[in-house]
Amino acid sequence: MSAADLSVLQRPNDKRRKRRFVNRGMEVVAWVAAAIAVGLLGLLVWSVAKQGASQLNLDLITKPPSQNEFALNPGPQGLANAFVGTFIIVAIATAIALPIGILVAIYVNEFAPRAVKNFLTPSLDILNGIPAIVVGIFVFGLIVVGHGQSGFAGGFALSVLMIPLVARATIEVLALVPDSLREASLGLGVPRWRTTLGIVLPQTVGGILTGTVLAVARVAGETAPLLFTSSIVGTQVGWNPSHALQSVPVAIYELSESPTPADHARAWAAALVLLLFILFTSLIARWLANRSRRKIARAS
Amino acid sequence: MSTLDATAETARRPFAGRRVHLGDVLLQLVAGAAALYTLVLLGLIVYKVVQGARLSMSTFGLGFVTSVGWDPVHNAMGAGSFLFGTAITAIGALLLATPLAMGVALFLTELAPRAIRGPVTALVETLAAIPSVVIGLWGIIVLGPFLRDHVMPALHSTLGFIPLFGPYSTGSSVFTAIVVLTIMILPIISSISRELFLGVPGELKEAALGLGTTRWEMVRGVMFPYARGGVAAAMILGLGRAVGEAIAVTQVIGAGTHITWNLFNTGDTLASKIAESYQGYETNLEGSSLFYLAVILLVFSLAVNLVAQMIVRRVDRRQGRAA
Repeated sequence: MSAADLSVLQRPNDKRRKRRFVNRGMEVVAWVAAAIAVGLLGLLVWSVAKQGASQLNLDLITKPPSQNEFALNPGPQGLANAFVGTFIIVAIATAIALPIGILVAIYVNEFAPRAVKNFLTPSLDILNGIPAIVVGIFVFGLIVVGHGQSGFAGGFALSVLMIPLVARATIEVLALVPDSLREASLGLGVPRWRTTLGIVLPQTVGGILTGTVLAVARVAGETAPLLFTSSIVGTQVGWNPSHALQSVPVAIYELSESPTPADHARAWAAALVLLLFILFTSLIARWLANRSRRKIARAS
Repeated sequence: MSTLDATAETARRPFAGRRVHLGDVLLQLVAGAAALYTLVLLGLIVYKVVQGARLSMSTFGLGFVTSVGWDPVHNAMGAGSFLFGTAITAIGALLLATPLAMGVALFLTELAPRAIRGPVTALVETLAAIPSVVIGLWGIIVLGPFLRDHVMPALHSTLGFIPLFGPYSTGSSVFTAIVVLTIMILPIISSISRELFLGVPGELKEAALGLGTTRWEMVRGVMFPYARGGVAAAMILGLGRAVGEAIAVTQVIGAGTHITWNLFNTGDTLASKIAESYQGYETNLEGSSLFYLAVILLVFSLAVNLVAQMIVRRVDRRQGRAA
C-alpha cells in the first residue's frame, strides 16, 4: 500500500508531463472536430446563400420554366411548377401520414398489450430505416407500373417516410403524460376513448406539432422517393395530383446534372429557398418543443 | 365478498356502468387498423420489391450479386461493381466520420463552455436536416472541383504509392462521394454518441478523475468502455444511412461499372445506380434488375436495423443489471 503510493509520488516528472501533453492534444482534437462540424454547416449554408441569393427573385416562384429554352431570349425562367408540386405532394403525404402516425402511437401507447408493443416499435424503426430510394422503387412497382406517375404516387411515397417519424414523436410525448391524469379521468367514469381523445391527446398537441413540422421539413427535401413516382413532367404549372408533378428537390437534382451555368444558378436559388424553408421550420419546431416542455413541466 | 361486489356494481350502475363503450371499441379498432397498416406496408414493400426482381432473379440467380458489368443490350447485368462501390464509399465515410463524431460528442459533453454547448449541439443537428440533394448540388459544383484542384493532387503526390490515391481526372469520384457521405452521417453518429456520453454516471467519471487520471485517460478508461455498445449501434445506423443514400451520391460519384481501388475514379453504388435509371430502362430485364439491386439494399437495411436493435437491447440489459 505505502509502497504503491510512494511509487506514484516518485514517478519521474516527464512522465506526468507526457500524460498532460496527450490530454491537451486530445482536447485540441475534440475542439478541432467540433469546429469542422460547425464549419461544414457554415460552408454549406454560405455556399448556397452566396450562389443562390443573386438568382433569388419573385420570378423563381411565380414563373414556370420557359417552354422553349433554346430561344435566343427565353425570358425569365422560374420554377413555379416545382414549388406548386412540392406543396401539393407534401400536403398529400401529410394528410395520409399525420392521422395514421397519431393513431399508431395511440394504439401502441394506450391499447397494445406489451408483446404487441414490443413488436410494433421495432417495426416502426425498420420502416424508418428503409432507404428512401427503395421506397421510391416500391411505389413505382405498386402504383406507377399500371397507373403511371402522379402527384398521388409521390405523396404516398413520402407518407411512407413520414409515418414512422410522426408515430415516434407522438409515442414519445404520449409517454410523458402522467398516468395520474388518465386514472383521474377514468375514475370519474369517463370512458377510455374520451379520456384518450379528450384528456390525454390535448396534452400532447405541442409535441405532435413539433414532430409533424420536423417530418414535413424532412420529406419536403426528399428527392429519391419522387424520382420514380412523380418526375417525368412538362414545364407548365400543374395543380392536379392525378398527373405527375414537378417538385423542388427533383428540379434541383435535374438542374444540378445539367452542364449549363444558367441551370446551376436556378438550382442554387431553389436550394436556397428549400434550405431557408427547412431552417425556418426547424427553428419553429425547436420553439414549439421548448414551449410544450415548459407547459408539461408547469403542469406536473 | 360476492354481496360486496354486487353492491359495488349497483352503486356504479347509475353512472357509467360496466357496459363496454362503443367508442372504446371503435377507437381501439381504428388505432389498431392504423398499426396494422404500417405492418402491412412493411410486408408490402418487401413483397413488391421482390416481385419486381423476380424476372432478374430467375434469369441471373444469386450470381447476379457478384457478377460485374451492366450491359442491358446483351442482357448481362450484375451487382458486383455496385456492391463494391457501396462498400468502399460507406466504409470510407464511416472511417472518416466516426473519429470526427467522437470528437464532436466529447467536445459537447466534456469540453465546451456551457454557453456554447446548446448552440453548437443545435448547429450539428441542423447539419442533419440539410436535404441530400442540396449537399449533392454543393458536392458537384463546389466540393468536386475543390478536391480535384487541391486535395487529390496533394494526396496523389504524397501518398500515390498507395493504390487508393491513384491518378485523378474529374471532380466526380468515389472520393468525393465518401466526403459527401461523411458530412451526412457525421451528425447522426455524433448526436447518438453525445447522448451516450451524457448517460455515463457522474460518480464513475469523478472516481476516475479522483484517482488522478487526466481527462483523456478518464474518457478512454471510463466513458469509451461504458458507451462502447451504443457507439457501435450508432456506427451501424450511420453505415445504414451511407449505404442507402442515393441522391447525393449519384450527383457526385460520376457513374461507371469498373472495380478499382483508385478512389479518384468514378463509380456507382447500389442506390446511385437505381437513382440514375429513373428516366427509364431499355429492357424489362434491366428494370427487373434494378429491383434486384433494391432487394439487396432492402436486405442490408433490415440487417442493419436488427443488428443495431440487438446491440441496444444488450446494452440496456447490461446497464440495467449494473444499476
